[in-house]
Amino acid sequence: MNILSFFRRTIPNTNTAPVARERLQILLAHERAVSGKSDLIAILQDEIMAVIARHFPVDEDSITVKMERGEAVSTLEVEVEIPTPMCPSFPLPEKPAVEAIESEDVKPNDKESPNAEVDELEIRRTGTLS
Amino acid sequence: MGDCKMAKVLVVTSGKGGVGKTTSTAALGAALASAGKNVVLIDFDVGLRNLDLVMGAERRVVYDLINVVQGDAKLSQALIRDKRVPTLSLLPASQTRDKDALTDEGVTTIISELREKFDWVICDSPAGIERGATLAMRHADIAIVVTNPEVSSVRDSDRIIGLLDSKTARAEKGERVDKHLLLTRFDAARAGRGEMLNINDVMEILSIPLLGIIPESSEVLRASNLGSPVTLNNPASAPARAYFEAAKRLNGEALEVTIPGDKKGLLGKLFGRRAA
Repeated sequence: MNILSFFRRTIPNTNTAPVARERLQILLAHERAVSGKSDLIAILQDEIMAVIARHFPVDEDSITVKMERGEAVSTLEVEVEIPTPMCPSFPLPEKPAVEAIESEDVKPNDKESPNAEVDELEIRRTGTLS
Repeated sequence: MGDCKMAKVLVVTSGKGGVGKTTSTAALGAALASAGKNVVLIDFDVGLRNLDLVMGAERRVVYDLINVVQGDAKLSQALIRDKRVPTLSLLPASQTRDKDALTDEGVTTIISELREKFDWVICDSPAGIERGATLAMRHADIAIVVTNPEVSSVRDSDRIIGLLDSKTARAEKGERVDKHLLLTRFDAARAGRGEMLNINDVMEILSIPLLGIIPESSEVLRASNLGSPVTLNNPASAPARAYFEAAKRLNGEALEVTIPGDKKGLLGKLFGRRAA
């Protein structure tokens, strides 16, 4: 232990305001991006809804769209509830349910990309309709 | 009485609790009224009213905001006129009712009635971003965002600024609410030593114009103990002078923002710097 580290340990760092400022700047940049884009989320929800409704009989409340911004990775979560088909005329029964979209695990050549097109985002299929 | 067109609705808001909304509402209201303006203060904190206590009018409350909203009392019956400054009135919140009793239509009616009677309608917002807070800011022309130089307060202020830009009647009409920063509990010495966010840090982060800086002072607690706005209780004190200057800026005076200090005698200088 040298003299410098001894002083570092005994004298508490009082110059903490710059840390506070930096933490706030980073945090608020993200929070503003999220809340400022609340309209974008609503638009996305409407458009995804419209596309899904072309293929499945879904109602407005059955879709939720959430976006979370992280420092390195942002995630867009889309949850769609699709009723189990009861009649034979139900379209495309083998189509997967779209449950979550995450930009983290982008596999560009994932086959059968879903109908909803979302820029730079990949739809991960987590379940199938039966 | 004031011209309807001239009346201004001001919301004192912050998001975070305990930063000085009620203290600032009382102090600014009293300062504006002392300058001859007709001022009414409305407490929007239904269930947790405190503006009456800070104003020293707690024993004079008969009817409240909810009584007026629900038609149980006339506005003139619920208004409490200040005994020190005759142009200052208070509309207290209800202490017993549920905050859901406050309706959008009721608030709209009350505010437009008050606009015709007063020059300044000052709405003391509850903490948080729930119904009470959004109704308090709903009809505001001007907003004072009360902020302490501390991370959680700055973050909540940023959130409130977002709401002022989206949830108010003005925002919905495509107009702007005039937003001002009031930095309270500021300690210049600590900020100078880098222990506290300084004025420029907060202004840069929130990017709204500065209305005033209220120094941390024992005078604020002293005044609230006595049920008197700090601007009436000790007009010469540092926080009172800061509030008077802020009130002048609200009235359109272009004053440079300063940080008033407490004048100290020799003993004060020797033994000063005690915690407020």
